[in-house]
Amino acid sequence: MAAIFQGVGAAAPLSSSPSNSFDSNKSVFSPRRSFSVRKRASFAVVRSDGIVNLNPKGRSAQRLISNAVATKADSPAASSSSKPGHELLLFEALQEGLEEEMERDPRVCVMGEDVGHYGGSYKVTKGLAKRFGDLRVLDTPIAENSFTGMGIGAAMTGLRPVIEGMNMGFLLLAFNQISNNCGMLHYTSGGQFTIPVVIRGPGGVGRQLGAEHSQRLESYFQSIPGIQMVACSTPYNAKGLMKAAIRSENPVILFEHVLLYNLKERLPDEDYICNLEEAEMVRPGEHVTILTYSRMRYHVMQAAKTLVNKGYDPEVIDIRSLKPFDLHTIGNSVKKTHRVLIVEECMRTGGIGASLTAAITENFNDYLDAPIMCLSSQDVPTPYAGTLEEVTVVQPAQIVTAVEQICQ
Amino acid sequence: MALSHLASSSPSRSANLLKPLSSVISLRRPISTDTTPITVETSVPFTAHQCEAPSRTVQTNAKELATFFRDMVVMRRMEIAADSLYKAKLIRGFCHLYDGQEAVAVGMEAALTKKDCIITSYRDHCTFVARGGTLLEVFAELMGRQAGCSKGKGGSMHFYKKDSNFYGGHGIVGAQVPLGCGLAFAQKYCKDEAVTFALYGDGAANQGQLFEALNISALWDLPAILVCENNHYGMGTAEWRAAKSPAYYKRGDYAPGLKVDGMDALAVKQACAFAKEHALKNGPIILEMDTYRYHGHSMSDPGSTYRTRDEITGVRQERDPIERIRKLILSHDLSTDKELKDIEKEVRKEVDDAIAQAKENPVPEPSELFSDVYAKGLGVESFGADRKEKNSHGRHLDNTRDDPSGEVIIGLCFHNPLPA
Repeated sequence: MAAIFQGVGAAAPLSSSPSNSFDSNKSVFSPRRSFSVRKRASFAVVRSDGIVNLNPKGRSAQRLISNAVATKADSPAASSSSKPGHELLLFEALQEGLEEEMERDPRVCVMGEDVGHYGGSYKVTKGLAKRFGDLRVLDTPIAENSFTGMGIGAAMTGLRPVIEGMNMGFLLLAFNQISNNCGMLHYTSGGQFTIPVVIRGPGGVGRQLGAEHSQRLESYFQSIPGIQMVACSTPYNAKGLMKAAIRSENPVILFEHVLLYNLKERLPDEDYICNLEEAEMVRPGEHVTILTYSRMRYHVMQAAKTLVNKGYDPEVIDIRSLKPFDLHTIGNSVKKTHRVLIVEECMRTGGIGASLTAAITENFNDYLDAPIMCLSSQDVPTPYAGTLEEVTVVQPAQIVTAVEQICQ
Repeated sequence: MALSHLASSSPSRSANLLKPLSSVISLRRPISTDTTPITVETSVPFTAHQCEAPSRTVQTNAKELATFFRDMVVMRRMEIAADSLYKAKLIRGFCHLYDGQEAVAVGMEAALTKKDCIITSYRDHCTFVARGGTLLEVFAELMGRQAGCSKGKGGSMHFYKKDSNFYGGHGIVGAQVPLGCGLAFAQKYCKDEAVTFALYGDGAANQGQLFEALNISALWDLPAILVCENNHYGMGTAEWRAAKSPAYYKRGDYAPGLKVDGMDALAVKQACAFAKEHALKNGPIILEMDTYRYHGHSMSDPGSTYRTRDEITGVRQERDPIERIRKLILSHDLSTDKELKDIEKEVRKEVDDAIAQAKENPVPEPSELFSDVYAKGLGVESFGADRKEKNSHGRHLDNTRDDPSGEVIIGLCFHNPLPA
């Protein structure tokens, strides 16, 4: 399988975080970026209030940037900015969360490919091996099935491994271990063993990484009984969810996204975690509930700007918890707005959106004024060609159209 | 015949096989407490790969032999009883019986402590009992009752006993080996000075994840012992049809291996003790136990379509593990034939009692369907849409529990979750 390394040569002038020294000469980049990174800093900066600059190189990126219409930024991250805090990129936030938990609990260890000496293909585990040693930050051979199994076996005795899949798609090789052993052992042993593992890794459609490296496994894993799934989308919730996942007694799969690693946000200095089963209110509104997660949150927020200009007032909720759904928050929102739009990066068939549609319909059917709309990725292997890849995932324009349709 | 090579060297009694039993009775201590050492030779020598084979001479004593005999009789009786229960439709689904292979379970247990971990596949009833499981737990679990070791929710293939470090009980062939290497990793991480025995069959020996796990274990120097219980048939496929190289003890390549007569409990004990010592110093080692199962692969397999009845009866006559220990006991005058038969009768009654008790036991409550899916009851129960408290399952908003450990846990490795 090809090794994909995100070129995170983010020597960002805006960043004040300590861990931004990268050997840009030594790292391997995805071919498209190789020119820019050696010459100058190339990074994507997204602020959590929704301004997106995902592809600073491409001219096509310009049309994604819109006017900075002030939105009601009620997210917990903003409200905690009364403290000075510190600015971190998302992968640094993940690293900080991981490091704090490893310090707090000596049972936490990390295993995965190139997590130790290399520092992690997305730098999430950078510096950890030097600090905690080879027995706690373990470089594995390319053997997902067995090292996932080993992590689960270690968890049965009480250790708390964090298993990294270099790309979520590679975890398909470990599906048996995740499904049968990770998910089910607590039940089939009559409660004797808990499996406090965290399985994490980047997934999602990146920049022309090809079909096998652009997979969204949320839909594959969602039926496994006994696991929890969360998807992070901002540095704040990335760190919070990472810490909560490590502390949880249940196996948690933490879905990160390849394109979100360079988001920047100001994080509080004090210790905090995010509730694993809670959804995040991104933008309160009145007209329609838009449910989303991971990268699509940013497409939604972008569409929200256009919608606000057109006079709509969408309520945007980042569901964060993919299994189980936070039907409390979602339900309250549905009761308020009576219209639901789900925007996800999963495939249409059997995706998270499909399950969410069913859950909302079953529970809140009386409150709906219109059928639930679900925008998902097309049911195709992700093509390599950039133009095709763009239309595989949901784009802000489609979201705007969908909202207009629902709110008729 | 192997017995003619037996050497008994206890000074306090004569090895006179011809002495009439009645004159010996008064000189004999009760077999269950006699720890005078007896030296026995194993039936066949060990074959080694990349290491020095241990000696053929095994130290044992009457007490141990008595334990072996009794434990194996219990296991044999239990498996045969399970056979009848299955045919009576009290046990459903899959039922994989271990009779014929008992020596591996008892021999291994004799060489280990409860700090060492054992993990095996679905043919786990006897290993569970060897680790300390009770007959009631076995039969109740097989019949899906509450008193089962997994509360009736696991079944035949999912026996576990955490307090004895028995990790199951796994249905998917070969998947337990990476788990076992993970257990060994945890032991090394926590500096337990204990080892893990990961058992698998000749069928599973061709699984890729085995070699992946062995590679990682060898790289990280883990105290893992991979034990191939080679009963020569992977369900219906003979070993020579499934493996290009059926010398399973050699397939570790860089990892040393030992081939053991798995029908000889003393040989198994010797090999396991050797392997434990080796693994603690040098990393993983493979043991191949040459054993045999009398039943088919499972209860739905007659076991005679791919092998002849002559073969089965042949093994039963020549190599049966219980008969071997019986002969050993009798030839060393450690007990009489009648006493041994009495033990068998007693065991039979014990098994029957356990079955009766298990039959009385109730099936799990309907609410048990949803318990233990998640730790600490994260709700899989259906709840109303209008969930009044977000945290009806006892979690705080920040997902912590009320555990006092705000402080760092220093230096200890827990084999139980932190108290809530």
